Amino acid sequence: MAEANPTLLAEVKPVAKKSKFTNSTFMRVTRYSVVRIIMLVITTVIALYLTILVANMGGYVDNIRRAEIRENVNMSIAGNPAMRNIDPAVKAAYIADKIATQEARMGMDKPFIVRSFIYLADAITLNLGRALSMVSNSGSNQVRLIILERLPSTLLLFATADIVLFFLAIILALVLSRQYGSLFDKITVGLTPLSSAPAWFYGIFFILIFASVLRVLPFGGMVDSPPPSSPILYFLSLLKHMALPVLAYTFSLIFLQVFSWRTFFLIYSSEDYVDMAKAKGLKSRDIERRYILRPTLPTIITSFALIVIASWTGAPIFETIFNWPGMGRAFWQAIGLFDTPVIIGMTVIFAYLLAITVLLLDFIYALVDPRVKIGGGESKT
Amino acid sequence: MNKILKTLKEIASYPSAVVGGVMVLILVAISIYTVIAIPYNEAISLWKSSEQQWFRNPKYAQPAWTNFFRTKKLPTTIDENITAHPENKTVTVRSDGTKTITENFPFDFNFDGFPSDLAIYFTYNYVQKPPFAVATFVTPDGRKIRLKSSMITNSFRIDQDTALIQKFGNTPPHIALFSVPKSDPAQILKGHYEVQVEIITFEKDTDVDAEFIAYGQVSGIAGTDHKRRDLMIALLWGTPIALMFGLLAAVGTTVAEMIIAAVGSWFGGWLDALINRIVEVIMVIPQLAILIMIGTFYSRSIFVILGSVIVLGIFGAGIKTFRAVFMQTKESAYIDAARAYGASNTRIIFSYMIPRIIPMLIPQFIVLIPSFVFLEASLAVLGLGDPTLPTWGKIIDDARSNGALFQGFYYWVLEPSALLLFTGLAFSMLGFALDRIFNPRLRGQ
Repeated sequence: MAEANPTLLAEVKPVAKKSKFTNSTFMRVTRYSVVRIIMLVITTVIALYLTILVANMGGYVDNIRRAEIRENVNMSIAGNPAMRNIDPAVKAAYIADKIATQEARMGMDKPFIVRSFIYLADAITLNLGRALSMVSNSGSNQVRLIILERLPSTLLLFATADIVLFFLAIILALVLSRQYGSLFDKITVGLTPLSSAPAWFYGIFFILIFASVLRVLPFGGMVDSPPPSSPILYFLSLLKHMALPVLAYTFSLIFLQVFSWRTFFLIYSSEDYVDMAKAKGLKSRDIERRYILRPTLPTIITSFALIVIASWTGAPIFETIFNWPGMGRAFWQAIGLFDTPVIIGMTVIFAYLLAITVLLLDFIYALVDPRVKIGGGESKT
Repeated sequence: MNKILKTLKEIASYPSAVVGGVMVLILVAISIYTVIAIPYNEAISLWKSSEQQWFRNPKYAQPAWTNFFRTKKLPTTIDENITAHPENKTVTVRSDGTKTITENFPFDFNFDGFPSDLAIYFTYNYVQKPPFAVATFVTPDGRKIRLKSSMITNSFRIDQDTALIQKFGNTPPHIALFSVPKSDPAQILKGHYEVQVEIITFEKDTDVDAEFIAYGQVSGIAGTDHKRRDLMIALLWGTPIALMFGLLAAVGTTVAEMIIAAVGSWFGGWLDALINRIVEVIMVIPQLAILIMIGTFYSRSIFVILGSVIVLGIFGAGIKTFRAVFMQTKESAYIDAARAYGASNTRIIFSYMIPRIIPMLIPQFIVLIPSFVFLEASLAVLGLGDPTLPTWGKIIDDARSNGALFQGFYYWVLEPSALLLFTGLAFSMLGFALDRIFNPRLRGQ
């Protein structure tokens, strides 16, 4: 959603409380991580619960459960040879009775609040029911399988794009902070407003330029069809298809990132200890790495975390534009088919992904933030 | 007053602020013009109406001004209605009361492209026996081609007449009729054309008016879409809708965030901790997914979506930013002074703490507007736009689902995109500049 703007956002991260006796870095990082994991698990459970509440306001989760119970009962009766020669009317009554028992057993007759907790337990264990019309590649209609089998391609795309963006932005920001006020610097600052448009928006432009007009890159998809058999060709085809999404993603975010990180670097490069290092005659590369990059890293990672989270949220539309066969596009297909179990399951899994992202970034944060590592408390160097 | 003037003067010294401000004003002016010139109900009914309303427009036509950049001019629509040229209509009444009506449609065709479609429409009345019509096409070199002779119906779509297509050897009539005979590839024959329609009526009071349309390849300022609708309406009406959505969502979320952050940081303790935890929960909730769920399950109305956006945004990440500033403000001497003279909590929060943060709030709120405008467009592109309203995102959605990028209808995608980008740039340029003016701490760099 509304992407938080790092220049205006001086994010404050909770820091682990001062520990008592432990001195080892490993212990501190572990303690910090364990505390964060516990917090995050609670947070995620609450977020999942809210998602379920929104979904079940119209009774959609109830319907999914009922449909599943009915299907299971019908299947078991159809597979039972003893039931084959029984009068249809008796059989129907038997089925209805069995469904009612099953529903009671699954808690369908319980009040809304109780049911919502049953559903929460299902969501946590990824028991997401069966899709109405979508199927996984292996032919299963389990929502969990449908979504999870598309996860790798989504991860591949976003991880690549995030890594490209991260390193490109850091390098450019360092270069710019070195030549503050130059034309290159001014152009980058001037282009910052371009970051107000999301990645999918630039995606349309890039598809128009590179696919429609120049015809050098594919319109979308993940590999050529049919997929090349040799691994090298497969990889090349994958690269070709990934070029445009990664370009669009990087383009939409890079200017703002470079601008805000450059500003951090500038602030830190005017610190006394940097002047001191310069006076000592250290190489500018060493100064950058040890005295500028190091202390800014926690802030940089925090602002990058917000970007990564926002990009996850935008996956449905980004993948739809590029026809990327990932979770996001499956979400879009589910909307078109009104496949309610998939839509709800997708929301649940997205919540999980966000939580895992937050956790991962927290862990990286713990590794680079000296306040966690050394346990020096709140004071900044 | 002086202070406001001074601030304005300072803003004027920032070129990006001035440019951004002017762009915002242009958008506001377009919105006001749109709302007055095309009233809401009219716009909705125009946009939802079927081809009835738009049958005089070509399909997939590019904007007319693109011809200005072309050496080979594409045709505009030629629309000849007999009621506009009564002199071309001759009526011969026979003794038994039946009539022979001849209607001629002369026109010049000097474009470098073929028309996209041809049709004749009839307005007529009869009691029992419908009139009979014979349509003939006269080319500049004097060939006469019989188009049709049959009982009159409401419309005669020349391009869909299978007999004609066969007659031309499977060439579509709009190309065959306007090309030099036996040219391959078909060359355009420029010059003076005429369509002659001869109608024989069988009843005394029957009257027939015909209209000949040679659909062009360009139309209007904005072009047309797959339903022949003039895109201008959606482009114009998209502006006030986008501004309203962006503005209300940004105001709603930032004001709520600010108040919650102020209350939390002032009272501290469990309340502050609770607010922080809620913010973390909201961060894990996949907001676009929830909005998609709401759009699919409950309602696609723009107001429901707007409300959901605000509700989800109340505990947004902005609270942490505001909280950091409030924590500093809380320690200020003037707050201590207020506490010393016995000011109430409400008074301190709303009269002393919140005003302090306004300079920080305004730029942030302006920068936020485009993200909500794009959010609305994103939902529309996913097919979850408000079903009644014409918006920019819905044009992009229509264009994409009709293969505009594959078939080269670039104007269809570029026009709404340009407006979206214009809006995004306008607000973020203004916001970034205001941020530097109001928060000089950051300006040093």
